[in-house]
Amino acid sequence: MTIQGPIRPQPFSRIGKPTPRIDGAAKVTGRALYPSDESVPHAAHAFLVTSPIARGRVAGFDLGDARAVPGFLDFLCHENVGGQAKPPKQMAGGETTTTMESDRIWHDGQIIGVVLADSFEAAREAAFKVRIQTEAEPPSATFGSAGTTEEQREDEQKEDFAVGDAEMALAAAPVMLDAWYETPTQHHNAIELFTTTCAWNGRQLTIWEPSQFVYGLRGNVAQQLGIEPADIRVVSKFVGGAFGSKGGATARTAWIAIAARRLGRPVKLVATRDQGFTIATYRAETRHHLRLGANGEGRLTAVSHEGWEVTSRPSFYNVSGTETTARMYAAPNILTRVAVVHADRNTPGFMRAPPEQPYMFPLECAMDELAARLGIDPIELRRRNEPARDPVTGLAFSGRHLMTCFDRGAAEFGWNRRNAQPASMRDGDWLVGLGCAASTYTANIAASTARVTLRPDGQAQVRLAGHDIGTGAYTVVAITAADRLGLPVGQVTVEMGDTEYPPAALAAGSSHTASITHAVVRACDALLAQIATAATASNAGAFAGREPATLSLRDGHLVAPDDSSESLADAVGRISAGAVEAYAENVPDGMPADAIGKLYQGQLPILRGQKRVDMTAYSFGAQFVEVRIHARTREIRVPRMLGAFSAGTILNPTTARSQLMGGMIWGLGSALLEKTEIDQRAARYTNDNIAEYHIAVNADVRRVDVMMLPEPDGAVNPLGIKGIGELGIVGVNAAVANAVFHATGQRVRRLPIRIEDLL
Amino acid sequence: MRPFALEMADTPAAATNYATQSAGTYLAGGTVLLDLMKLDVIEPQTLVDINALADTYGAIEADDDGITLGALVRMAEAERHPAIRRDYPVIRDALWQAASPQLRNMASLGGNVLQRTRCSYFRDVSWPECNKRAPGSGCAAIGGNNRRLAVLGVSDHCIASYPGDFANALVALGAEVGLRSADGSERRVPFEDLHRLPGDTPEMETNLVPGELITAFHVPAGPWTRRSLYRKVRDRTSYDFALASAVVALHLEDGVVAAARIGLGGVAATPWRAHEAEAALTGRPLDEAAAEHAAEAAFAGAVTHGGNDFKPELGRRTLVRALLEAAAMEVLP
Repeated sequence: MTIQGPIRPQPFSRIGKPTPRIDGAAKVTGRALYPSDESVPHAAHAFLVTSPIARGRVAGFDLGDARAVPGFLDFLCHENVGGQAKPPKQMAGGETTTTMESDRIWHDGQIIGVVLADSFEAAREAAFKVRIQTEAEPPSATFGSAGTTEEQREDEQKEDFAVGDAEMALAAAPVMLDAWYETPTQHHNAIELFTTTCAWNGRQLTIWEPSQFVYGLRGNVAQQLGIEPADIRVVSKFVGGAFGSKGGATARTAWIAIAARRLGRPVKLVATRDQGFTIATYRAETRHHLRLGANGEGRLTAVSHEGWEVTSRPSFYNVSGTETTARMYAAPNILTRVAVVHADRNTPGFMRAPPEQPYMFPLECAMDELAARLGIDPIELRRRNEPARDPVTGLAFSGRHLMTCFDRGAAEFGWNRRNAQPASMRDGDWLVGLGCAASTYTANIAASTARVTLRPDGQAQVRLAGHDIGTGAYTVVAITAADRLGLPVGQVTVEMGDTEYPPAALAAGSSHTASITHAVVRACDALLAQIATAATASNAGAFAGREPATLSLRDGHLVAPDDSSESLADAVGRISAGAVEAYAENVPDGMPADAIGKLYQGQLPILRGQKRVDMTAYSFGAQFVEVRIHARTREIRVPRMLGAFSAGTILNPTTARSQLMGGMIWGLGSALLEKTEIDQRAARYTNDNIAEYHIAVNADVRRVDVMMLPEPDGAVNPLGIKGIGELGIVGVNAAVANAVFHATGQRVRRLPIRIEDLL
Repeated sequence: MRPFALEMADTPAAATNYATQSAGTYLAGGTVLLDLMKLDVIEPQTLVDINALADTYGAIEADDDGITLGALVRMAEAERHPAIRRDYPVIRDALWQAASPQLRNMASLGGNVLQRTRCSYFRDVSWPECNKRAPGSGCAAIGGNNRRLAVLGVSDHCIASYPGDFANALVALGAEVGLRSADGSERRVPFEDLHRLPGDTPEMETNLVPGELITAFHVPAGPWTRRSLYRKVRDRTSYDFALASAVVALHLEDGVVAAARIGLGGVAATPWRAHEAEAALTGRPLDEAAAEHAAEAAFAGAVTHGGNDFKPELGRRTLVRALLEAAAMEVLP
């Protein structure tokens, strides 16, 4: 049942109170089962064979030594199973590279074979013994490599803007900043590897795989294998980090399903760390040409942002963060353009703050550079360019508190102790720099569904195919249901991550909490309606003959405005001695009516904050960073970070703080450490392991302060939730670069910033 | 990983017998060996587990002549030893800044000095070119990604860097390494002679003869050991290999360098002693100019390959910093 119309307002009782993770104990005691932990009887083990070249064809395999390994069962490749699966549909960017459908090699590390054996060890040994014959062609690695092709991104899902005449305004600007910036290739490197376990029972296929979208994976695999989605079950109860990498279907799943069908027994794959760099997605490297025109007072007259992004040969995947940078500051003339550059690489995909992380870096550095050139404090420069309305569409913002974030953050951080002169602050042998930058992310919400049951003893259960990717989603669902049903959080159990439950949207784009909690609220309200209707329709009881809509659930009772009440035992028991159940769907205002139908098919009906017709919806934040750089050897250390965020309703400050802090820490690592190195000659990744692909360790992360500013925003959606998953990371890279400039006077426009940039 | 035999040695004689007769590879902490086996970089037929020999080779003994560290002492044990903390701070510094506490709890000193390079092209067998792994195949690192690789002691055949820390202290302090051969005889050789430069045989990394077992390290006492430190410069604050590091041990008399012992890490093909820098300093007051002069001498022979072009400059700065910090150390009488 789709219940539309306004959600009944109700003061929050549980929402916003710090609540420990309800799954925390299971996680720290090892009782939480991740998909590859699933004990599947008599499973065979798969080990992937991947391409050692980036472009060409598979000429053949010599399997003699591999077949001789005790326990060897089978070898899959394009020759024997190529016709049995289609490539997975991508959520963006159109076509993608193939794997074992043919002999074609599109990129380094492409899946070209699967070894199956009785044990993981045997499968690995046999895979090492497969001799691969290839016909290699010269590959193109990245920007500037011979053989790449560039094309302007088409206006399909992403938009370019041309407001006013930016070129003329730039030519006439009293002050112009014109600079190029670069961000590197990066990989998610979640600690949990890419795993897939498949088991057939007749026509029924069960897939255990960490996923940010179990219905999406189900729909995709059904399409790939040509079977009915209803014959597939996807289970993903816990996810050990995803960050976008487990959002879309990858090629491996269908091949493991085919392997299990061939063998007539379950098959388990745990891909290796280095394979994870090439069998899933990543953040492609980007280039930016940014031009700002301003008058002498620092008011922007023009913003021009052109971006270039690398993608694979067949895909036009891009993130086009210009959709956001065009809206950050009031400028009468705006020009944005994005081009994709095709190289012999795997197809990139979502990675935490997909558009904003790489695109806010140039804008927020450029604002800092402009401030320095004009002799204006960088916060003051932003204040002078704060737009009253969306500079592109003219729509009102659904809450825009960027300057409040800057002002509150600056006061807490001690920004007034910053000497504006670069290279002016020092502590012994260490140069000190303070930098800041804006953060923002679109407030998104998707259609979703949920089922709630309530028993007379006050125990509630919520079931939906949502996803806890480490964010605390189980807990916010419990909080929301407890809030709505008037129960302690401990009386709510939550089941998610299984296509046996009603569908929930993709857990990505900072949308999941908003998407699933609105469905949970509607299901709880539908449950209340049943209970209230029964209570008022009854000939006996406290509420006989009253208006059902006046009743609510509070403190384990059904209550009326005059405080008369009835226990749940009576109110629920009147309907059933077992349980009362309600299912509900939430279709956010402004979405097409068929959104739920699409969701059931595994598509994603999402309303993005920058695509709304009623308003422009973003969350905002201000990032502050202190760096210390050794005067002689130039190590860059970060003793202090502070983020002040305005993101609407915060359901659980405990997990929200962790999530924002995690984003900030990732931003620090992204600014100073993370880079996937590519061998330019071979178009191959060379640091495809976490010993050489550096993320921040504890010693790199000192003081991190997270400020969550209260922001009631009833316009963005009924619960006022704007999303925090991405907000913490955005802008940290620019804040670090700006702090490095302040410490040294050296402006580094290419990430990561390393010792050699400052020698 | 390929199938292998595991022999448990309970006496030194059994260990060297297994190693000689079965062409076995010694297994102590396993922190490097098992890693490379899983990556298929090495395929030993037989592993000889020598951990049971800790009674014989697991002690630390200090006297007036110096300190002896058994080869099976764990890095974490040595790092905590009071004599090392007091009299050989550079050894402690080099140990605690290596790897992670978990790895230092497992890794033996003997295994640590034999740590293999972290060159990406060596560690990934899908690259056909690596003279160290497949002699004669070429060097993919020359012309490839070589930011972390060596600039001293390299050849046209290999630019792999020695990644360890502790060995740089041993080489600088003039340590000797104790060896036991298959026939039961023991010998001591200068630690500086343990590793070989790559030359045209980068696959041969040490001068150990087959079956030979490292038993101990003997670090001689000297008036420079208390004024000693290890300065490690790296991207990450912890759990990272050195981009450049410097061992400095100084004997100062009235601010003049009576003797200097200098080692370099992260920049060279082997544990590296900077004799030229030592000579440049001896007899001079230790000021910034003298330190820079010594650093110039240390890197006079550097050869770079693009990605590591910054290393001579970073190496010089690291050494200057270490020298000035060592000169400023508060030292026990």
